[in-house]
Amino acid sequence: MGNWSTLDQIFVILRNWLVGFLPAAARPAAGAVLGVIAIVCVFPGLFALTTVFERKGLGRMQNRLGPNRVGPFGFFQPIADGIKSLTKEDIVPRDADAVVHFLAPLVLVVAVFMGFAVLPMGRNMALVDMDAGLLFFFAMGASTELSIFMAGWSSRNKYSILGAMRAVGQMISYEVPLLMSSVVVVMATGSLSLTRIVEAQNHYTGIFPNWYVFTPWGFAGFAMFAIAATAETNRTPFDLPEGESELVAGYFTEYSGFKFALFFLGEYLGMFSISGLGATLFLGGWSAPLSFLNVVPSWIWFFAKVMTAIFIFIWMRGTLPRLRQDQLMNFAWKFVLPFTLLDVMVMALWRFMGLGWARWVVCSVILAGVYVLMGRVQMRRKHFGPRSYRYAE
Amino acid sequence: MSIVSYLIAALTVAGGLAAVLLKNTVHCALALTIAFAGLALMFLGLDAQFAGFAQILVYIGAVAILIVFAILLTRGSEAPARGVFSKSWFVGLLIAAGVFAVLGWAVLASADALPGETAAPAVTVQDIGNALLGRYVLPLEIVALLLTAAMIGAVIVALHEKERTR
Repeated sequence: MGNWSTLDQIFVILRNWLVGFLPAAARPAAGAVLGVIAIVCVFPGLFALTTVFERKGLGRMQNRLGPNRVGPFGFFQPIADGIKSLTKEDIVPRDADAVVHFLAPLVLVVAVFMGFAVLPMGRNMALVDMDAGLLFFFAMGASTELSIFMAGWSSRNKYSILGAMRAVGQMISYEVPLLMSSVVVVMATGSLSLTRIVEAQNHYTGIFPNWYVFTPWGFAGFAMFAIAATAETNRTPFDLPEGESELVAGYFTEYSGFKFALFFLGEYLGMFSISGLGATLFLGGWSAPLSFLNVVPSWIWFFAKVMTAIFIFIWMRGTLPRLRQDQLMNFAWKFVLPFTLLDVMVMALWRFMGLGWARWVVCSVILAGVYVLMGRVQMRRKHFGPRSYRYAE
Repeated sequence: MSIVSYLIAALTVAGGLAAVLLKNTVHCALALTIAFAGLALMFLGLDAQFAGFAQILVYIGAVAILIVFAILLTRGSEAPARGVFSKSWFVGLLIAAGVFAVLGWAVLASADALPGETAAPAVTVQDIGNALLGRYVLPLEIVALLLTAAMIGAVIVALHEKERTR
């Protein structure tokens, strides 16, 4: 066991060893700086890997090869892409608002990076253990909307501003269910600290974990969280802000070179951080899926969960068509939001029914019944037939 | 007051001044966001985590977006050709001075109301939650009702009028 726990804590030990060379007064600051360096190095590295996996994976789903020229099986493609984006000309449109145009990608990347500060990536491996960690995460997520607006507006391009309007509208609409679906976890734990949320799930019944996703309210909450998170990161099927056939590239149409790469980086970092948050809230964070698997280091489990979520994102991108704007909004306000509100009620009921099997049956029946009923009623009002256009005819 | 809080105060005031003095309305809104962010940092500097993050979430995440959308959807974001001073600047000045006087009086009076506060009280988010759903549950519910009514009103105002379009 001794060796295993050393491996589990290897990054913490490494940090303490490095910090030990400094005088005692500088140690906390130096430890924080090391943590920041680790985050700033690991996640962009993961981003580079993910771009290859995404292009290879999409290629596999669409019966083609994907990138295969640079390095073995095309795995050095991100290096080539990086060099290309650094050497390309940085074009700023003549009428663009130069200052805002320059600031937008920076604000986006900084706000997205901040979210990683509170994620516990392993046992004792959260950069800051804040009392209001979840609130901090959502506050940082909300600041990205403004940077997208800045990018779209400052470009002085109709496609850009339409894309930005779509993106901001969508992100605001889905932020509400995103917050509401994580409220159940806060109710179950009694804390906004992400470290405590993981600890509350790190128990086992026999060999099976007590993750929140394995309860009726947790499963419903996780499903709604996953939908809202997909919309929040502008991924397929919610990638209307970047609809190529309508808007060229949406809010970053007028960006080239490294600024474009920064937007790309921001999108993928957003995916990593929201997946990490989902894993932390519902899938037990860094805890192992079966009790005897705890010998595997905790950070491996965290990153395994994040990469599984990323794979599902890529899978959906290869499978699902894009929604229409009205479908997107109707879905958010008429289905996802009411269902998350119901989930909060069910969570309260679960809390008051006390231990025993009765609450499992009652909560599951309520959630499943309402799901089926809402789906039936809302689908009945849809009349499928030839498509009609209000303005285009 | 440390150097950091002076820097934050300078940032906040600069953001606020820019919001008033810039000509382009969208720039004003973005400058106002800087002032909001400065205020949030100020709260965090005072160990009020909840207030600071709520400030970012609500003001930068929602209010600032609302303002820029309102600007874009109504008058357009072009800078006015003529001067930016409105005719009623004197009334505006009076109102601003009045608001500032009330706020300043409240701040000065609060120092007398809470004498001998030496150490900062440790308030966790849990305490705030307990207070909101315990002692202050009635005001909270009234605010919730008011906001719901306002939202329904907004939806009714924006509702598509069916009889006019076919």
